Amino acid sequence: MSDKLWAMANLKVNFCGVEFENPTVLASGVLGVTSASLKRVVEMGAGGVTTKSIWMEEHKGHKNPTMFGTEHFFLNAVGLSDAGIEKARGLFAEYGEPAGSGAKNVRPAPVIASIVAGKQSEFADLTEEIVKSRPDILEVNISCPNVEDEFGIPFACDLLLAADVTKVVRRKLDELGSKIPMIVKLSPNVPNIGRIAKACADEGADGFCAINTVGPGMVIDLKTRKPILANRVGGVSGPAIKPIAVKAVNDIHKATGLPIIGTGGVMTGEDAIEMMMAGATLVGMGTMVYYREVGGFGEVVKEMGDWCDANGVEVVGDLIGSIK
Amino acid sequence: MDVKNFNTIPETIPIKKIVKETDTIWTFQFEYNLESKPGQFLMLWIPGVDEKPFSIAYDDGKEFWLTIAKVGSATEELFKLKEGDLIGIRGPFGTHYKWEKGKHLVLLAGGYGAAPLYGLARAAVEDGCKVDFVVGARSEDLLLYEERVSALGSNVTYHAATDDGSKGHEGYNTEILEEIIASKDGEGVSKIYACGPEMMMKRAAEIARDKGIKSELALERYMKCGFGVCGQCCVDETGVCVCKEGTVFDGERALGFSEFGKYHRDSMGKKVEW
Repeated sequence: MSDKLWAMANLKVNFCGVEFENPTVLASGVLGVTSASLKRVVEMGAGGVTTKSIWMEEHKGHKNPTMFGTEHFFLNAVGLSDAGIEKARGLFAEYGEPAGSGAKNVRPAPVIASIVAGKQSEFADLTEEIVKSRPDILEVNISCPNVEDEFGIPFACDLLLAADVTKVVRRKLDELGSKIPMIVKLSPNVPNIGRIAKACADEGADGFCAINTVGPGMVIDLKTRKPILANRVGGVSGPAIKPIAVKAVNDIHKATGLPIIGTGGVMTGEDAIEMMMAGATLVGMGTMVYYREVGGFGEVVKEMGDWCDANGVEVVGDLIGSIK
Repeated sequence: MDVKNFNTIPETIPIKKIVKETDTIWTFQFEYNLESKPGQFLMLWIPGVDEKPFSIAYDDGKEFWLTIAKVGSATEELFKLKEGDLIGIRGPFGTHYKWEKGKHLVLLAGGYGAAPLYGLARAAVEDGCKVDFVVGARSEDLLLYEERVSALGSNVTYHAATDDGSKGHEGYNTEILEEIIASKDGEGVSKIYACGPEMMMKRAAEIARDKGIKSELALERYMKCGFGVCGQCCVDETGVCVCKEGTVFDGERALGFSEFGKYHRDSMGKKVEW
């Protein structure tokens, strides 16, 4: 790798009409509790950020231990803790107004609002509230259990439910006349992610974020014979899940052709390039922070530029879906 | 990168000994080489119950101690455990106190902040430092570590302050700090270290700044991961993680955090005023 300070390649990408300085995005659930934290991630080099998933009301989440890792994988069961829409309003106000709004306090990079709910009607109510804060993109997290389902299976794991939530949010956005792009965050824990993506696309999704964590998985302490996570099981992320994520992104790309935030196991610039080749426009990173700290964002961006320069790629966007 | 550092799965070890400091403050001792430095913390997993961060009071490479107050549901369960019972540890995490050999240091402890500062006093004395150890508590029975600190030798002076005057100075420990600095002997103070309630630490940092003395403070925030990922302990408006870039911060830097001395956040990220 060379020591030059910036890449010659153009790293800007356009995702659903929103301009990003580079393709890296902070994934939901990591360093996303406060505006100050999101701003710091941007300072460190991220092209955009995603909030921790926002509920309408306060949501306690699970007790600790909620996360830990090894060199191969990371396991978490935070339980989507959040203080609700009131806190979210404060976060967006602090983070700043959209670019081009002419406001004094302009946000440093696009922000993706991740929303979560336990039933369809709540997704609609939350959409109505969150739109007032003018996030650049709305990400619908459908990986939480459907409280109205007798088995409590996540919306993301059922084609009809996933499509239904998409429809509900789309209808609300249209009703409000909102042009905010809406993407759906998909779970890899399904037999055919492409089919689910297609069903959501048919109901008006503008794009996708994939994948959420794999599993769930479990780690047991041998001496006490107890699972370590307080929730017993949790989502698997980190280096081990990258091949699953790359394949899922490619499936969604082939099934829908819509823009994707490719997320899952991305640790390096080359991982990010691979994700783009599979079909991603943006590349999400969360667990990367565990391995490379928050400064890893800038490092990955530099590595992407270096790769492009070394391989004669002048515009990084040309790589999207370039898999042969 | 060192692959070993990526393993943060808690390791369960038996409690070797429990020493009761008061009815509600116990010191748990473990036979284990933690390789920690004064001021660092670890995440303590009470299997099947909860996991919480605790600062390390003592670590000699063979055993380490945690001095813990019974303050909530997790510690209530912890206080039901007996010697020999298994408990999970991961860490050590965070930054540590720094000192130079042969200097005059003032350590300011509020309540059970005395425990981690004992670890610092012990290490600093070994490095030929002169230490004034100032502890503040509501009353005499809540003053901790007096005997252990006094046993560190003639280079350490123990000062007590109590709200009710039941022992030592009646009033704040920061008043003793000011007296020490104002005394003839105080001219040589090279650094002030504080661990305890945030308002006390803020006062200590302000006193230090006014006198042109460096200071180090150990901040406390709600934590989930302990390694800079969850974002639960990020402070306004810098967004730095207390668990990763702290908990020990330069006093001047801490005074620059807009939330310092004003509020912290709960497990859901909601602001809570001090």
